[in-house]
Amino acid sequence: MPRELLKGNTAMAEAAVRAGLEAYFGYPITPQTELLEYMSKRMPELGRAFLQAESEVAAINMVYGAACTGARVMSSSSSPGVSLMMEGLSYIAGTEVPVVLIDVVRGGPGLGNIAPSQGDYNQIVHGGGHGDYHPIVLAPSTVQEAIDLTVLAFDLAEKYRAIAIVMADGNIGQMMEPAELPPMRPLRTEYPDWSTRGAEGRERRILSSIYIDPKEEEVMNYRLMQRWRTIEANELRFKEYFLEDAEYAVVGFGTAGRVALSAVRAARAEGLKVGLLRPITLSPFPYARLDELAEQVKAMLVVEMNAGQMLGDVQRATKERISLNFYGRMGGITPFPDEIHAEIHRMVEQPLPPGSDPRAAWLDSFASVLHVDGR
Amino acid sequence: MVTVEMNQIVYQRPESLADMPTHYCPGCTHGVAHRLVAEVMDEMQIREKTIGVAPVGCSVFAYNYFDCDFVEAAHGRAPAMATGVKRVLPDRVVFTYQGDGDLASIGMGEIVHAAARGENITVIFINNAIYGMTGGQMAPTTLPGMKTTSSPSGRDVEQMGFPIRMPEMLATLDGAGYVVRRSLHDPKNIRMAKKAIRLAFETQLRGLGFSLVELLSSCPTNWGLTPVESLRWIEEHMLPVYPVGDYKVAQALAGLRV
Amino acid sequence: MSKQTEILIAGFGGQGVLFAGQVLAYAALDSGKEVTWIPSYGPEMRGGTANCTVVISDEEIGSPVVRNPKAVIVLNLPSLDKYEPVVAPGGVLVANASLINRAPQRQDLVNVLIPANEIAEEIGDRRLLNMVALGALLAMLPVLPVEAIKEALAAHLPERHRRLLPVNYQALDRGAQFALSQARLPVV
Repeated sequence: MPRELLKGNTAMAEAAVRAGLEAYFGYPITPQTELLEYMSKRMPELGRAFLQAESEVAAINMVYGAACTGARVMSSSSSPGVSLMMEGLSYIAGTEVPVVLIDVVRGGPGLGNIAPSQGDYNQIVHGGGHGDYHPIVLAPSTVQEAIDLTVLAFDLAEKYRAIAIVMADGNIGQMMEPAELPPMRPLRTEYPDWSTRGAEGRERRILSSIYIDPKEEEVMNYRLMQRWRTIEANELRFKEYFLEDAEYAVVGFGTAGRVALSAVRAARAEGLKVGLLRPITLSPFPYARLDELAEQVKAMLVVEMNAGQMLGDVQRATKERISLNFYGRMGGITPFPDEIHAEIHRMVEQPLPPGSDPRAAWLDSFASVLHVDGR
Repeated sequence: MVTVEMNQIVYQRPESLADMPTHYCPGCTHGVAHRLVAEVMDEMQIREKTIGVAPVGCSVFAYNYFDCDFVEAAHGRAPAMATGVKRVLPDRVVFTYQGDGDLASIGMGEIVHAAARGENITVIFINNAIYGMTGGQMAPTTLPGMKTTSSPSGRDVEQMGFPIRMPEMLATLDGAGYVVRRSLHDPKNIRMAKKAIRLAFETQLRGLGFSLVELLSSCPTNWGLTPVESLRWIEEHMLPVYPVGDYKVAQALAGLRV
Repeated sequence: MSKQTEILIAGFGGQGVLFAGQVLAYAALDSGKEVTWIPSYGPEMRGGTANCTVVISDEEIGSPVVRNPKAVIVLNLPSLDKYEPVVAPGGVLVANASLINRAPQRQDLVNVLIPANEIAEEIGDRRLLNMVALGALLAMLPVLPVEAIKEALAAHLPERHRRLLPVNYQALDRGAQFALSQARLPVV
């Protein structure tokens, strides 16, 4: 297929369709609404199920029901809507049925705004729903990646009977970039041996997240955790830029990661030996790679469009061995490359001592950012 | 003179009911409701193409008792989950089995919108005017003045509002094909209830939209009455507030005899 | 000249701001370059103003937005007020004189003050003002030739609008001609 100029939201929608999506349930919320609108036209055209639910709560439970039939099914939403879906996600995790969700993250907390943000890291990566479960979380930084990761999300969800979430932001959703769509896969004709589609000629099947006996529930939790270790071992994805000889590293995902790439290039042009690690799977998280990098570089800078939600995971990996620095923009602000460029200089020239609190240092200097930014 | 073959069993477990004891309290009418649904599934020969959706509440384990595929919903979300199943498998029979707390309190949004969409599913709605599973708290259908563990002085409508009549409300929606109330307090009414359940499933098979049968049920344990007293209590106290009747019957069903 | 060029286009909704950016992006794509197009969205749109940023590069593009774009097209006065200060030094500023009653202040830019509405009306359709401005920009900015925009229009304009191709070409050419003759070069 030739590269076309595609918009993130509709590209993800078409990618899902081509990955064999059989049913979509959603609710309008900016900045993902175009995805739902696209599905409302495209799915019926193909004779597949589309429904605009009465709420995100209903949407995720429709997804839950459809997933129990073994169908490839998804929903999409944005932060406040995803908060509402947390109940359903926990049930889905507890029932071990595969589901794909796309979260086009916006500024919060509360109603917040509709500008691009990464404020859902904690609720997506570290759960939000009750109980012990890990969704697979994929963070695209380009339209092409958004397409590829949407397709991958379906395959991974099914392979591991897990939830796979594509966590994008309004930039990815609204942006147009040249990208290539995958070929249309035929819809499946055979369904998994756990799916509830009517007990014709076989024993009945029951899908439930209830294990009323705590011993059985513990066995189920153990199964989930062991499966997660397999996912951690097999499904880690990240991209590196200029890290071979790097003395300094920037860590950022999604839009923050690609903005950081511009800053890293500018710093390289000045002769600074700085590289970039861009996690693509936020869950599983590249702890081991960061652990290695902590042995290689003098300092790290974590860049996010939130107040340091991924920072905690980087801290866990680097264990106070090196200078860890942080720069975040909150509430729906996308940083400009020059801001991160300046922070790279700060890391090189005035690195925080290892073991100090990067978030506190960032907040101490943040007042000046608020004043001079001019936005 | 008529001779009766002594080994002829005239009352059997319906095929659609699993061969296992239930967890329901003695005298509870959930067992009757389960049996009626199972008999109808047998008669219509739909067991192998049916997917049930269980609620949260006393009937949370309903999935164990029916010998068909079953999924278990979150509290109140059974109509949404059933919608998900039905939209993917429109040629299967999908029903939810929900209590009053599940359907008329936490799941009010889901049930209203499923009805409004004319979602082609069947809902069996058990109204016993109380939260059974959590131990007898006030339900949206608790009668005015009725004592529960969370309305110890009786439901004060000034403070706690009024009982909700679901079929009357849902019947106003164009998507509803068959919406009725029946009672399980005596054999005559039980026979009427079974006919209604049959008609509700017929509604679905004919693609006539949303169908719901409310069944007035007893809860001897949480009402603090004997099973027999409970049945009388339904008749004396619930029927005046929740009249048995047909609130919406699609034109195409009017002539149907079951 | 670095490998990357950023162009910001701003104006009222209805002035074809987003479309002009998309045509530019298509032309970049068809020329084998990397490109991103990103619009402002949400409440800003509702307020009647619109802008988009197009980044064109020979390599994988990092940030789709920058603080100081190399080139800016402003089609109304509020956009001039907002974006004149942020154009990168030595960059290009194309301003729509038809709706802007002041000259740009920056002396370090290539300034083109072009009556885009009037030129478009002369061609026969005021909606062509975005192509007039785009033609003016590309005459001053060596990122893509005007011909590449024409080819992009021919390749990507929906069937029902194809009869408008000749006037679009004309608008691009008129804009470019105006810029070549009237542009004010930076005071060094």
